[in-house]
Amino acid sequence: MSTPETTVERERLAPEQELLTINMGPHHPATHGVLRLVVELEGEVVRDLRPVMGYVHTGIEKNCEDKSYWKVIPFVERMDYLAYFFNMEAFCGAVERLLELEIPPRATYLRVIHMELNRIHSHLVGLGTTALDLGAVSMFWYCFRERDRILDLFEMSSGQRMHTRYFQVGGVIEDIPRGFEAKLRSFLGEMPVRIDQYEALLDRNEIFLRRTRNVGVVPRQRLLDLGVTGPLLRAAGEPWDLRKAGGSSAYSDFDFAIPVGTVGDGYDRYRVRIAEMRESVKIAAQALDGLPEGPHIADDRKVVLPPRSELSTSMEALIHHFKLVTEGFRVPPGEVYYSIEGPKGELGCFVLADGSAKPARVHFRDPSFVNLQAFRDMCVGGYVADLIQNLGMLDPNLGGIDR
Amino acid sequence: MPDAPGLELIRQQINERNADAVLDTTFEHDQPALIADPGQVLAVLRWLRDEPGQQYRFLSSLHAADYLPAEPRFAVHYELLNMPRVERVRVKALLGDPAAGENGAAAAALPEIDSCVELFPTAEFQEREAYDFFGIVFRGHPDLRRILMPEDYVGWPQRRDFPIGGEPVLFTKDEPDSPGWYE
Amino acid sequence: MEVERRKIRALSPLDQPRTPEDLRSRQLRARDILRGELEGADLEQYVEERVMTTTLDKVLNVARANSMFPLTFGLACCAIEMMSMVTSRYDIARFGAEAFRASPRQADMIILSGRVSIKMAPVVRRVYDQMLEPKWALAMGACSSSGGMFSNYAVVQGADKFMPVDIHIPGCPPRPEALLHGFTKLQRMIQGNPDPGWRRRYNAIGTEEWARGGPASKPSPEAAEAYRRARELVDA
Repeated sequence: MSTPETTVERERLAPEQELLTINMGPHHPATHGVLRLVVELEGEVVRDLRPVMGYVHTGIEKNCEDKSYWKVIPFVERMDYLAYFFNMEAFCGAVERLLELEIPPRATYLRVIHMELNRIHSHLVGLGTTALDLGAVSMFWYCFRERDRILDLFEMSSGQRMHTRYFQVGGVIEDIPRGFEAKLRSFLGEMPVRIDQYEALLDRNEIFLRRTRNVGVVPRQRLLDLGVTGPLLRAAGEPWDLRKAGGSSAYSDFDFAIPVGTVGDGYDRYRVRIAEMRESVKIAAQALDGLPEGPHIADDRKVVLPPRSELSTSMEALIHHFKLVTEGFRVPPGEVYYSIEGPKGELGCFVLADGSAKPARVHFRDPSFVNLQAFRDMCVGGYVADLIQNLGMLDPNLGGIDR
Repeated sequence: MPDAPGLELIRQQINERNADAVLDTTFEHDQPALIADPGQVLAVLRWLRDEPGQQYRFLSSLHAADYLPAEPRFAVHYELLNMPRVERVRVKALLGDPAAGENGAAAAALPEIDSCVELFPTAEFQEREAYDFFGIVFRGHPDLRRILMPEDYVGWPQRRDFPIGGEPVLFTKDEPDSPGWYE
Repeated sequence: MEVERRKIRALSPLDQPRTPEDLRSRQLRARDILRGELEGADLEQYVEERVMTTTLDKVLNVARANSMFPLTFGLACCAIEMMSMVTSRYDIARFGAEAFRASPRQADMIILSGRVSIKMAPVVRRVYDQMLEPKWALAMGACSSSGGMFSNYAVVQGADKFMPVDIHIPGCPPRPEALLHGFTKLQRMIQGNPDPGWRRRYNAIGTEEWARGGPASKPSPEAAEAYRRARELVDA
């Protein structure tokens, strides 16, 4: 529907036709954050597209070189600001690899629960704002209603709605409180019903279908060449998910499926995200059912803060606490690249340690940054209105792109 | 991952084709890495991508690191992934700093390496980022300019000798002496 | 448990118990006012019950405060909490500010939600300049108030550095309730009834920078000149 054969004909007829360059500036209601797009239009058809990024570049990676490892965790959380648990997991996982530290099984399960809730949260915000851009405003309200319930759960376990600094090197900072399990169960019980409601709103909505069907299709091999991962790649038919493909043993205990699309258009991306939310609900339910007893953080006092109850009785605990808080733990020299499946794709963290208490280099391979390279392919040849839809379904997160 | 002997085998095979392309191998924390000669890094990457037994066709990440004060100072890391076998291998190209110890015009010299955009199109933005933050020039890149810093920024922010910037904390007792923007 | 429930609405004449005689007398009074026959004390009482007098300034300020059009200006993480303030749980529509405008020409409040990087600062200033008077700026979160945790080369240490900000809201990110609290403070400020906050509790009214008589209460000649020129542009 968006192949402009008529425009091609007109091109042959009027070769002096000019291209109009417009700037969808960093301040725009429909770019998901401060993304600037320089778009060359011929009439309504996009001929070229150049994204300009960096408007929310915060220098987080440079700032991390100045801070001890546990202080890096709040910085690194604020990169992809919708997937904060994943940022923390990538960093803590990398540092745990460097330290060769085993985390207790309860901590693994708690991490999985929070990460899957965060995945649902990220998809909710992405779908809500995308639907808002397309005009389906009700979806926005519904998605944020559920999002508030997820944030209630995060607030219960860590005290903060967003940017919770819940994951620490060695496990999680605190065990879940009483009442968390009941609240989580009630949320997980209701969530499938809510997802049905979202589907009822959009699945067979004529306008939504006309706007998303066969729009923004990029061939699968081109996506692989461009390094795209996550729901975009899965919508194009490639069943690649790092949770199943290994890398970490956290997800090997759970039984879940990877939703995969066929065509790779906007509609498939929407369906993949909805289905992923259902799978995340299943994973979180399984993790909650099988939550093992035990410590919530590793025992190694050289790396992990001792519990406060020990501070008044044990001198070593006091010394460890002091050293860890003032200087931080030292990591033996080495470098590691640890990647996990974030809600937008492969989130990788490269940590270079030089033996001191501060990392020498922290670099995040952010999925939105790499996925943005596919945006040009998605939009060129289509209409400007499709550009908005493609941007929504690409689900970029400017905090992750700009870091 | 290819294990340590497998890694040595890869090194041998590459070095048969292009002499001294792989200088060293490391295998720490279960992550294999090939240290490649920066002049021949494209040959190494092409071999790893196209060789029938290897097929590392996905470039997960291309990033740079600054190992100051160790020499050679810069390194470009290529994280390669073979999706069917789920195997990762890292290729490191170590670059020296041509401006070290120089004055005047030579102090602005930048380390150079070949761009791998024609091998892995995903490298386009990532090489621009390495250029933006470290000043590493990728020869053959279609559009090498700053990506995250303002276009006219001077300096390579993520080099280790670049200052972190920012301001000291302003305490209330110092407030009367510090001028507001309106003064 | 016994709970005493009291009506705390102010009583209006319409809350009087309605007996049939009352209804009749009200009908007669309505007929009289329509005919122009109500005189003297009766007329005065009628008018007092229905009409409030105030100044134009106050009415305008009430209108401005209670129907703000915020600008959609989400920068980073705080934007998500701002969006969640718009949604149903922490409804900002209760305060009349649900009409977020995308164009700065139509907006009167800019909520700087997120970190202002050095690349974005000129854009923010430009958007702020494009807004029409009267306009207010709310710095939401630690990053736009003071640079937040990012004391580095890439983040402007507070939007105060390049534009005037009326209300700073701490938090990283501030809860939507905190943002609403800041917003209601701004509403009070607009209506000419600013909340003295901690100064009232600590008996410190008069210690504000502009009231202290320090350097901030006397603008520098350059600042005065700039203000004069800006006033000329606005008044012309």
